[in-house]
Amino acid sequence: MTTSASTKGAYELSHLRALEAEAVHIFREVAAESERPVLLFSGGKDSIVMLHLAARAFWPAPPPFPVLHIDTGHNFDEVIAFRDETVAALGVRLEVGRVQDDIDAGRVVDPGPKGLRNPLQTVTLLRSIEEGRYDAAFGGARRDEEKARAKERVFSFRDEFGQWDPRNQRPELWRLYNGRHGAGEHIRVFPLSNWTELDIWQYVEEEDIALPAIYFAHQRTVIRRDDMLLAADPLIARRPGEEPFEATVRFRTVGDLTCTGCVESTAGTVAEVIEEVAATRLTERGATRADDRMSEAGMEDRKREGYF
Amino acid sequence: MPELLRFATAGSVDDGKSTLIGRLMYDTKTIFEDQLDSMEAASRARGDERTNLALLTDGLRAEREQGITIDVAYRYFATPARRFIIADTPGHIQYTRNMVTGASTADLALVLVDARKGVLEQSRRHAFLASLLGIPHLVLCVNKMDLVDGDRDVFESVKADFRDFARKLDIHDVAFLPVSALHGDNIVNRSASMSWYEGPTLLHHLEELHIASDRNLVDARFPVQYVIRPQSERHPDYRGYAGTVASGVFRPGDEVVVLPSGFTSTIAAIDGPGGSPVTDAFSPMAVTIRLADDVDVSRGDLIARVGNHPTVDQDLDATVCWLSDRGELAAGNRYTLKHTTRVVKAKVTDLVYRLDVNTLHRDQGATALGLNEIGRVRLRTQAPVLFDDYHRNRDTGSFILIDEATHATVAAGMISAGGR
Repeated sequence: MTTSASTKGAYELSHLRALEAEAVHIFREVAAESERPVLLFSGGKDSIVMLHLAARAFWPAPPPFPVLHIDTGHNFDEVIAFRDETVAALGVRLEVGRVQDDIDAGRVVDPGPKGLRNPLQTVTLLRSIEEGRYDAAFGGARRDEEKARAKERVFSFRDEFGQWDPRNQRPELWRLYNGRHGAGEHIRVFPLSNWTELDIWQYVEEEDIALPAIYFAHQRTVIRRDDMLLAADPLIARRPGEEPFEATVRFRTVGDLTCTGCVESTAGTVAEVIEEVAATRLTERGATRADDRMSEAGMEDRKREGYF
Repeated sequence: MPELLRFATAGSVDDGKSTLIGRLMYDTKTIFEDQLDSMEAASRARGDERTNLALLTDGLRAEREQGITIDVAYRYFATPARRFIIADTPGHIQYTRNMVTGASTADLALVLVDARKGVLEQSRRHAFLASLLGIPHLVLCVNKMDLVDGDRDVFESVKADFRDFARKLDIHDVAFLPVSALHGDNIVNRSASMSWYEGPTLLHHLEELHIASDRNLVDARFPVQYVIRPQSERHPDYRGYAGTVASGVFRPGDEVVVLPSGFTSTIAAIDGPGGSPVTDAFSPMAVTIRLADDVDVSRGDLIARVGNHPTVDQDLDATVCWLSDRGELAAGNRYTLKHTTRVVKAKVTDLVYRLDVNTLHRDQGATALGLNEIGRVRLRTQAPVLFDDYHRNRDTGSFILIDEATHATVAAGMISAGGR
């Protein structure tokens, strides 16, 4: 990518390059001011884009922080394989915080095959941050995803219990981010705050970023539940009347396998996905995330407790 | 690829700001079906007659219960012409700090008034804050025109009132639009009931607004943010100064000076993210500058063009907005000051006056600034700060004050320099 392709007109930046510059600035600011930053990586497209941006921000040096994956144990195999390849190619260290460890230690209760492990991630996430003594954690959340996220700052202060207080957020002005905190407290940093789902896909196309194959149309055995399609997997206990069937689908988000739904789609390339996203009428979380459908205030409550 | 326009909305509690944003997003087909479903369900539950578009932006449970907006919310929409970021800021008296937070990077401020009520104290305060923050463009939407039967005289009278007040402010471009957010008149679609109005719709105005020349392309300023030194086998000698261009244009071959040391050198190369070569670096590009000479440069230093320097001083005159409900700003207080990438200790040497944002009266007898109060101060910093006048350069003219005990951001400051 040279200047001529990344700019438009006289000294004008395209919106994607303006968003990229903002994210790069945020990465560098945290690297300069925090002692032990870490990047939260799920293997989903947002965290892949985030890692790509981190690599670009510090070129030709590798990103000066490790990558942390909070693993529910309910993974898509191809996503884990993809995670390991990506991290190895960039030369960054991978840390894994396992929900299973917290279940085994009795800190949380396994909800079993009928429940979701997603809410348990908060305990594992906060434990991993504490054990790693991380004082800044990059997350791939975007403000267009959800109502509570729309109100969160780029630098989001967390108290010593990892909690977010929406009524007591630091004013955030100009490019003057304040990441200062006391011992035991940390900040969450969201470099993709101002990106939309469409921006992510357009950037993936412009930068030719590789994504796990499940983001593109493929044949899969699925079941229909609450108007969503879920992968037919032994980890998901079937309810009466849920007959598995074959469909051509793709995933719009990638998270815990048991609560991440897919959509019927024939989009097999990035360009086709962009076309589909531009025409779509459902938010990606509304369409495919069982965990966000719990209640109107679902994300607000989880965020307060320390969720991503 | 379209360019980005950031705008901030401000209005009083009942002037229909949330409805206007909901309308803008609904009529540009940005609201998704599941959001609409959830808004319809919530509207029914509240007993509203029609789908309440305001519910789109009322996000947190605490807000829905009280029917207010408690913090800045960011919204996104795009048209083929442009990509928009909205900072939706609440308009109540106690939340000036949120408007300052939401509007500090805005290209445009959208202020709403209720056609029946005209220009209120709050509208004046919003306009004043927009001017203080150096937002180059302002749109005054006279809303609820349906409730005054689309009367042209009402619109003209609000317009005249506001013009009168705006004359005292530093805003160069003001546009006036008669709208009805509830019915969608002049938001995205032209109004059928106000045929006398011949100006653009709000969306058209936002799409066509010329913002490229708002930036300062004259004074080359590059605050060094981070030094990249891989010391790897492949790049044993690479040493680059990473940062975001604050203003001006940098090119390879430029003669530059590093401040505050005063060393001069030449730009050997400019690397974009990922190492792409850059021929012209301008704001807001994030780049890495390599110099021809081995000079000592670190975070907090500033690279400028030889012959065009910022002011280098330990004494600052600034207008500050106090943003904290804990404590007050008074002469003698000490803070951590963050300016560009430089962090220094600072002491308030003088509170010159407190400004009444409604009357613009300067109270020289004031001894402290409380929450949401604005005043002129003098500061003394422990080390030199490299600054320009805020109205010439938003990046090198702004700072925040941080409480040394709580680490909270307690004030926003805008520097006056060069005879302003």
